[in-house]
Amino acid sequence: MMPEHYLAAAPYFGWDLVRDVQELLRYAFMQHAYEAGTIVALSAGVIGYFVVLRGLSFAAHALSHIGFAGATGAVLLGAAPIVGLLAFTMSAGGVMGALGQRLRGRDVTIGLVMAWSLGLGLLFTALYKGSAGLAIGILFGQIFGITSDEVAVTFVAGSLTVLALVVVYRPLLFATLDEEVAEAKGVPVRGLSIAFMVILAIAVSEAVQVVGVLLIFALIVAPAAIAERFTTRPSRGVLLSAALAVLFTWGGLTVAYYFPYPVGFFITTIAFWSYILARVLSDVIARRAAGRLRPWREEQVRHSP
Amino acid sequence: MARPISPAVVADGLAAAYGDQLIWRNASFTVNTGEFVAVLGPNGSGKSTLLRLLLGLLPPAAGTLQVLGTRPHRGNAQIGYVPQRRNIDRDLPVRGRDFVHLGIDGDRWGVAMGNAANNHERVAQAIRSVDAQAYADRPIGRLSGGEQQRLLLAQALAGKPQMLLLDEPLASLDLRNQIVIAELVAELARANGLTVLLIAHDINPLLPIVDRVLYVAHGGVAIGKPAEVITTEQLSRLYDAPVEVLHDSHGHMFVVGLEAESAHHDA
Repeated sequence: MMPEHYLAAAPYFGWDLVRDVQELLRYAFMQHAYEAGTIVALSAGVIGYFVVLRGLSFAAHALSHIGFAGATGAVLLGAAPIVGLLAFTMSAGGVMGALGQRLRGRDVTIGLVMAWSLGLGLLFTALYKGSAGLAIGILFGQIFGITSDEVAVTFVAGSLTVLALVVVYRPLLFATLDEEVAEAKGVPVRGLSIAFMVILAIAVSEAVQVVGVLLIFALIVAPAAIAERFTTRPSRGVLLSAALAVLFTWGGLTVAYYFPYPVGFFITTIAFWSYILARVLSDVIARRAAGRLRPWREEQVRHSP
Repeated sequence: MARPISPAVVADGLAAAYGDQLIWRNASFTVNTGEFVAVLGPNGSGKSTLLRLLLGLLPPAAGTLQVLGTRPHRGNAQIGYVPQRRNIDRDLPVRGRDFVHLGIDGDRWGVAMGNAANNHERVAQAIRSVDAQAYADRPIGRLSGGEQQRLLLAQALAGKPQMLLLDEPLASLDLRNQIVIAELVAELARANGLTVLLIAHDINPLLPIVDRVLYVAHGGVAIGKPAEVITTEQLSRLYDAPVEVLHDSHGHMFVVGLEAESAHHDA
């Protein structure tokens, strides 16, 4: 949350871009927010592409909820929330990855684990007897409260997730699109499934700092879902998804600097309306393309023998 | 003087099993290099299981198996594999071309670097070889069954294999497309000197092109020319049940009396 005294002087906003940027970065808390937000968005955008491609949106959502129990539990034990977040999401991610394909269609089971985790978090919060701000911060994010140490930790974790995804990129894509052939070609399909979920757990834990447990969809799923509507090339999809996640985060942080409302609201709002806009736009594009292609398809059918 | 060509597949007393469940046994056969073999048999008789053995995904329960001069092992780059056609999600946002590309470097770590141009040319070549240029850049889920089958075949070919293992590539295609795809496979196999094992339900679209058929049924395996294997006597012995092979005026073969034998689990 933004401390009162930061707002003492009305923030400047105008057409002078240089001055706007200077204004936005005037305070350390804003610098930290942009730094951490950018790293988090990059890793969320990159992994988000695979989350959507693998049909794991709900599992990603569940991971963040499981993280809530971990974060509140860590605070109760006197540790930093991120430690508990990572511990819980990484173990849950490992289990989910080992289950692999068997996770499909297990919405009820995942949902129950998710609900119970929130319940556990609620208990830990009550036991902690601290302010409700703790739970609110974890549930909805607290990017403006991030310290320079936390920025450093986020930078390391974010770089690791992106690096890990670069290393597994091709076999992961192969296993995602064509599991049977990938397996026959010697790709360690099961190992990749586990590795992917553990990397996802780290990315989710980072993203929780920015948008909180409840709003994770905005950074991990929305940019990727939009990207997949505009490109059929995986490499471009990954890059577009990452770029969109960064844009959403920057946009949300910037607007939140000028208005006294939560940044999570702005990021989710931008993500939501971008998605709506993307759906409309891509439908229009697809309809035009279909209009052009129809004669060709009929010719193909007649041609086929 | 022609050098003796070593066989592509040598099976001796081979048996396949999932855990305790024996699928078939006592299979001894040889597939020669460059041969086109149709693998036939009822559902659940273990046709796909044979491919899994050749791919090294399942170890033999008994006997020995040699593939292209070595023991079967996962990740054998000499084998191009097209599994039974899955339903590709209509909304999968990936081009056919990217699918084909996986056949070249999908199993390598890291992102593509260095010889990207060379790989793109190989992909384009594989796509040309199956005559799929017109739709290779469209999302693969939106293509027809025959078009998808061509691109998956191109994916298998892109790895420059010596052997193709194709699991029901003709399933869910109309008869006309079955013949087109079968002839395409035969043509590619001839041009590249490939050994082909192709699982099929119906021998008829394949009759003009197969060298031999490998019949998997009733826990056993038989191999031979279509006219030798697909006979009332041979199949009745293999099935250990009365089976009749009928011929129509076009030389097509129909096996009747099998219904009771078809197990209903897919292996």
